[in-house]
Amino acid sequence: MSRIRQPIQPDPPSKPRLTTSAMIASIASEGQRTKAAPFGHALVALAQERSEIVGMTADLGKYTDLHIFAQAHPDRFYQMGMAEQLLMSAASGMAREGFLPFVTTYAVFAARRTYDFICMAIAEEKLNVKIICALPGLTTGYGPSHQATDDLAIFRAMPNLTIVDPCDALDIEQALPAIAAYNGPVYMRLLRGNVPLVLDEYDYRFELGKARLLRNGTDALIVSTGLMTMRALETAAQLRSDNVDIAVLHVPTIKPLDAESIVKEAARGGRMVIVAENHSVIGGLGEAVAGLLLRSGVAPAFRQIALPDAFLAAGALPTLHDRYGISTKAMEKKIKEWL
Amino acid sequence: MTQGPMSIDDLKRMAGTIRCDIIEMTCTAAAGHPGGSLSATDIVTALYFRVMRIDPANPQWPDRDRFILSKGHACPAWYSALAERGYFDKKHLSTLRKLGSMLQGHPDMHKCPGIDMSVGSLGQGISAGLGMALAGKLKKQDYHVWVVVGDGECQEGSVWEAAMAAPKWKLDNFTVIVDRNHLQNDFCVEDVMPVEPLADKWRAFGWHVDAINGHNMEQIVAALEAASKRKGVPTAIVAETIKGKGVSFMENAADWHGKAPCASEADQALCEIRRCICEI
Repeated sequence: MSRIRQPIQPDPPSKPRLTTSAMIASIASEGQRTKAAPFGHALVALAQERSEIVGMTADLGKYTDLHIFAQAHPDRFYQMGMAEQLLMSAASGMAREGFLPFVTTYAVFAARRTYDFICMAIAEEKLNVKIICALPGLTTGYGPSHQATDDLAIFRAMPNLTIVDPCDALDIEQALPAIAAYNGPVYMRLLRGNVPLVLDEYDYRFELGKARLLRNGTDALIVSTGLMTMRALETAAQLRSDNVDIAVLHVPTIKPLDAESIVKEAARGGRMVIVAENHSVIGGLGEAVAGLLLRSGVAPAFRQIALPDAFLAAGALPTLHDRYGISTKAMEKKIKEWL
Repeated sequence: MTQGPMSIDDLKRMAGTIRCDIIEMTCTAAAGHPGGSLSATDIVTALYFRVMRIDPANPQWPDRDRFILSKGHACPAWYSALAERGYFDKKHLSTLRKLGSMLQGHPDMHKCPGIDMSVGSLGQGISAGLGMALAGKLKKQDYHVWVVVGDGECQEGSVWEAAMAAPKWKLDNFTVIVDRNHLQNDFCVEDVMPVEPLADKWRAFGWHVDAINGHNMEQIVAALEAASKRKGVPTAIVAETIKGKGVSFMENAADWHGKAPCASEADQALCEIRRCICEI
């Protein structure tokens, strides 16, 4: 059982800093502790132990933090050009020959453009390819061409595919050796650049396929994944000052779902269950949890914090997170209304 | 079972045997793709019985040459070659497409020995082959990766993603054979979507290109053996073929892309093929 060692500091009240480039906007709030390129550095460390690791990308090395691997292991790095179909199929061939490819692109391109290639060349054969994709959900203000608001819905239906959505730099660092140790295809949503560091303040350890209770609470249970766990923890800390007591269950593995932990927590104490995810309200963690609870005969009051079923606007990320309801402020407001 | 490389005449006879298997398999299954299987038969025969370094008793031998039939629907030719070469008992050929059979409608590497990569969705096998060729270079193993693609398959954009990539790494351990049979599912390739000038396209992407008659065993063997020795560049062999080759009523008929022969049609087809074998 995890517990808070110290409360999370709320965001400073100052106006969010707008970044000039919507494409490479950071999800870190002003003043938040971050770590640079946790995926790139963790992969380099892992590759020193495991010589079968290769890195492959489709012209997005530096925007997926794979450039760090490319610099450390140029002999094991493959720049496939802007050809995502080739990227996935070639990775399947590499895996067939015993290598462990980590392939990177943006989540939109993997989910929408290469679905058939991942499905038929990687997932059906259970080939050991790790697909690591930046810009999951709403993590760029670039507009619908780059906002993967539907990737979980698309990939959840693919048999044999494990899906991981880490929360912060620590989660990414710990998830990496875990998914490498697992022999099979994995899709991981990647936070890249300066990634917030949050979970080091909790008694947390990533375990593939396991949810973790990060804080207890009697009034509501937030079941969250990815960066929304960070927002859920911030929201819970804020609401504490209003004497609202929120539990947070972090679900970094979307598939297979940790049914036991989720059902156990949802069945406890008649609390409202709120699923929070950086993804469309359709087909992601929310519907996965709803289906699981119904099948298990657990029927708490149920709410979703998720992106709308729409193509989202371009703009500055903090503004968009407010508008579409996944900022801490928006989340806090909604939960107060619900409780 | 034959050990060592076959003579040209023996290869021709083996191609006839494989054609008979294709007719019997698709007739028994009442399903399958005889036309494209028959057009690729001579190429597949030359690879499995003369050119490729393989050991049927050890299908996962690390140093074996790899083969991928990217046009996976032509798998009756592949299955027959594997069975005739001794990868598994010929009795399995009658189980094509049956529930639980290791001979799936499209080849499955986890079910059938000798299948180096599952295929079926067109335009993928060639890129998977490229990955295996890259892996060979990285492992410093000298195996060769052979991929057969269809001419209709060359309409898939992913084929050209792989075509662009292979010369970047000078993959001389990688050969693509285009089964240029001029017909695809709906109709003639040139009507559906023209692919010419096919040889020039591969050449422009940086490949060494040979254009051959894909039913002339001497030419096939010469081109494949040259490809296996070529250094510094991948090879594309554009093999001019006839869809349905060897069966008069199937030749050049788009109808026989994905239709199985009934018993009487199969009898006639087998007669024609066996007559050809006798004349070799």
